[in-house]
Amino acid sequence: MTAAYRVSQLAALEAESIFVMREVVAELERPVLLFSGGKDSIVMLRLAERAFAPARIPFPVMHVDTGHNFPEVLDFRDARVSELGLQLLVASVPEAIESGLVREPADGTRNRIQTPVLLHAIEKYRFDALFGGARRDEEKARAKERVFSFRDEFGQWDPKNQRPELWSIYNGRHHPGESIRVFPLSNWTELDVWHYIAREGLALPAIYYAHDREVIERDGMFYAVNEFFATRSAEVPMARRVRYRTVGDASQTAAVLSDADTVQKVIEEVAATRITERGATRGDDKVSEAAMEDRKKEGYF
Amino acid sequence: MRDAKLVAPQSGGVGAYPGGVRGAEHGRMDLLRFATAGSVDDGKSTLIGRLLYDTKSLFTDQLEAVEAVSLARGDEYTNLALLTDGLRAEREQGITIDVAYRYFATPRRKFIIADTPGHIQYTRNMVTGASTADLALILVDARKGIVEQSRRHAFLCSLLRVPHLVLCVNKMDLVDWSQEVYERIADEFTAFAAKLDAPDLSVIPISALSGDNVASRSDRMPWYEGPSLLHHLEHVHIASDRNLVDVRFPVQYVIRPQSNVVRDYRGYAGQVASGVLKPGDEVMALPSGFTSRIAAIDTADGPVDEAFPPMSVTVRLEDELDISRGDMICRPNNTPTPTQDVEAMVCWMDESQPLRVGGKYAVKHTTRSVRTVVRALHYRLDVNSLHRDETATQLALNEIGRVRLRTTQPLFADEYRRNRTTGGFILIDEGTNRTVAAGMIVETA
Ligand SMILES: Nc1nc2c(ncn2[C@@H]2O[C@H](COP(=O)(O)OP(=O)(O)O)[C@@H](O)[C@H]2O)c(=O)[nH]1
Repeated sequence: MTAAYRVSQLAALEAESIFVMREVVAELERPVLLFSGGKDSIVMLRLAERAFAPARIPFPVMHVDTGHNFPEVLDFRDARVSELGLQLLVASVPEAIESGLVREPADGTRNRIQTPVLLHAIEKYRFDALFGGARRDEEKARAKERVFSFRDEFGQWDPKNQRPELWSIYNGRHHPGESIRVFPLSNWTELDVWHYIAREGLALPAIYYAHDREVIERDGMFYAVNEFFATRSAEVPMARRVRYRTVGDASQTAAVLSDADTVQKVIEEVAATRITERGATRGDDKVSEAAMEDRKKEGYF
Repeated sequence: MRDAKLVAPQSGGVGAYPGGVRGAEHGRMDLLRFATAGSVDDGKSTLIGRLLYDTKSLFTDQLEAVEAVSLARGDEYTNLALLTDGLRAEREQGITIDVAYRYFATPRRKFIIADTPGHIQYTRNMVTGASTADLALILVDARKGIVEQSRRHAFLCSLLRVPHLVLCVNKMDLVDWSQEVYERIADEFTAFAAKLDAPDLSVIPISALSGDNVASRSDRMPWYEGPSLLHHLEHVHIASDRNLVDVRFPVQYVIRPQSNVVRDYRGYAGQVASGVLKPGDEVMALPSGFTSRIAAIDTADGPVDEAFPPMSVTVRLEDELDISRGDMICRPNNTPTPTQDVEAMVCWMDESQPLRVGGKYAVKHTTRSVRTVVRALHYRLDVNSLHRDETATQLALNEIGRVRLRTTQPLFADEYRRNRTTGGFILIDEGTNRTVAAGMIVETA
C-alpha cells in the first residue's frame, strides 16, 4: 500500500466520532449535546461542527449547571454557543433546589443531585439521545460502557445488561421514555484530546493553562479558594502556579501544580504525568472504588 | 494525512489558545485495535498489566488503588488483574463479565485493547471484541498447552476474520524456558489454525509475570529468534488489511443546509467502508441503479482529492439523484449484491430467547435497516470440534450456526470474508430492542 492511504490515529478517531454523531442524528429524534465549557465537551462540539458542515449543528446543547462554576468557564460556554448560533438549555441545580426537586446535601457537594436535575430536563424536553464527552480511559466503569449506552425510563444504566456493540453498527432503538447516552469520545485518551485541541487550534477557558491562584492543599490536592469551597480552619491559603486538568463542579475539582502555559507544554506535561486525570482532580471519585459505577446506575453520565 | 492542512477559522475573543503550532499532530502514529483472549488464569490480566506498565501507561493512583485492594484481600502480590476488573460484580465474584477497553501508546502506534473474558459463557464478548480487531492475542499456559478454549478462541477469531493472530505461550518460567515445550505447543496450534485458514499467525513464548519477551527480547530463551510481543504489535503490517479495491460508501445522512450562505448544497455524508473514491469517478447508487459522477468529496477542511477507509466525508454528485440514508454508492462495474436472501453465520447473543426458524427480527446492515424472517437453520456449529449439527432447531445464547434469512427489502451485501463492513450485520429483537445476534454474510447468490 502506498503511504498516501495512511490515516493517523487522531484522524481515525475523528472519523469514528463523526460517524457516531451522524448515526445519532440520522436515527434518533431529539438529540442534545451536553456542553459544560470543559475541554472534552469543547472537542465534542468541534466534532459536531465538522460532522455536519457546511450545515449548522442540528441539535441544541445543554448544560447541567451545579451553580458552582468557574466564571471563565461560563463566559466561555456562552460565547462559544452564540458564535455557533446554537440553542443553549440550562438545567439548573440551584433552581431545582429552590423548587424542591432536589435537596442540598449537608456537605454542600452537588455531584449526586445533578442526576435528578438531568433526568428532569430529559423528560421535560423529551430528549432521546444525549451526547456526553466521557472517555473510557477515565475510569473503570466507563471502560466497560458502550458508545451507545441504553438507559431505561429512569435513566439508569444496567452494566450487566448492556447491548453487545459490534463493528460500527450501533443500536439506538428504544421505547418512548427510554434514551441513549452517546459517547463519541469513548476511544480518545486525555492526550488525544490535547493533540486535537492543538491540531484544531481550539480555544479553551484560560483555567486549563498555568496561572497563579490562591489554593489550599487537602489530601494532596490543590483546591481553589472561592465562594463555593469551604476551607477548614487549619488550612492556610497559599499562592501557587496551577492549571486545571478537568473542569467540574468548582467545589469538587482540584487543580494541579503546573507551569504549562501553552498547548505544547500541556501536551508534554500530560504525556509525562503519572496520575490519572480523575485521580488528580476529582474529590468526588475518591469516595469509593465503585463511586462512578453507582452514580451511573442512578442515571449520571 | 491531508486532514492537517486547513482548520476551520477560529473566531471569538473568549478563551485561550496560547502558543502551540497549529496543525501539529501525534506525528504519523497509527492505530491498532487488538482483542485478548485466554482461559481463566492463563495470565491475560497479568500480561495486559505488563504491557501497560512497560509502556508507562499505568498511573500511580491506579497502581496504588490496586495495591490497596490486593493488601485488603490478603493477596500475596500486587494483583495487576484487579486493574482490569471494572464492575462491582466482577470484583465480588472475581471474574470478568464484560469487554473492557484499554489504551496505551508507544511512539509508533496507539493501541486499543478489547479485553474479553475467557469463560465459556462469554462467547458473545469475544465476538464483540473481535469484530473491530486488527489482531487477536490468544494466551495459553505453557504447562497446559492448547486447551479446548484456545481452539474456540482461534475459531472465533477466524469466524470474525481478524486479520492477525498471535499465540502467546505464557508462563515459560514454569517450564524452564523449554524450547521443546514451546515447539510442541506452537506446532499443535499452527496445525489447528491451518484448518481455520487463519490469515496471519505468530507464536511468541513469554512470561507475563517477569516480562520476558513482552516489551523486549528475553535472554533466557536464546533459541527464540522472533520479536518481542510489543515489537510485533508495533510493527505488524495492517495497512493492507483494508479493502481498497471495492468502492462501498453507505450513505449515512444527507446534508442539506437550510441557509442563505450555502445554497443548493446536497451532500451524502458517510464513512468509506472500502475502496478509494475520487472526484470525477463514475458511480452507481443502489437501490436505484442510477449513475452519476463524483463532483466533489468534502470535509470540514474543504474538498479532498481522495477518500478511503476509514475517512468520514461528504460526497457530492454531478447529477441530482434521489439518494437517502441506507443507500449505497459504489462503482457501476463493481457493486455489492442486492439481495433479499441472505446466507449467513450468526452468533446468538440473547439469553432470554433462542433463535428459531420463523423468527422475525430487525436487521441493521451498514446504515440500512430492514426486517427479516429466519427461513432456515442449516446447522449449529460446535465451536470446539467444528462438528455441524444439522438436526438443530434453534440457537441458544453463545451458539453459532448457519442460517438463511429473507429480508423485506434488499441488502447490498458482500461476503464477510471480503468486506468486514458490508458483510456484517446485527439482528435486533423488535419487542425488546436488544441486539440479539451478530451475522456474517457467507454467500451472496
Ligand atoms: N509463573 C508465572 N505466573 C504467571 C505468569 N503470568 C501470570 N501468572 C500467574 O497466573 C495467575 C493468573 O494470572 P491472571 O493474569 O490473573 O490470569 P487471567 O485469569 O488470565 O487474567 C496469577 O497468579 C499470575 O501471577 C507467568 O508468566 N509466570
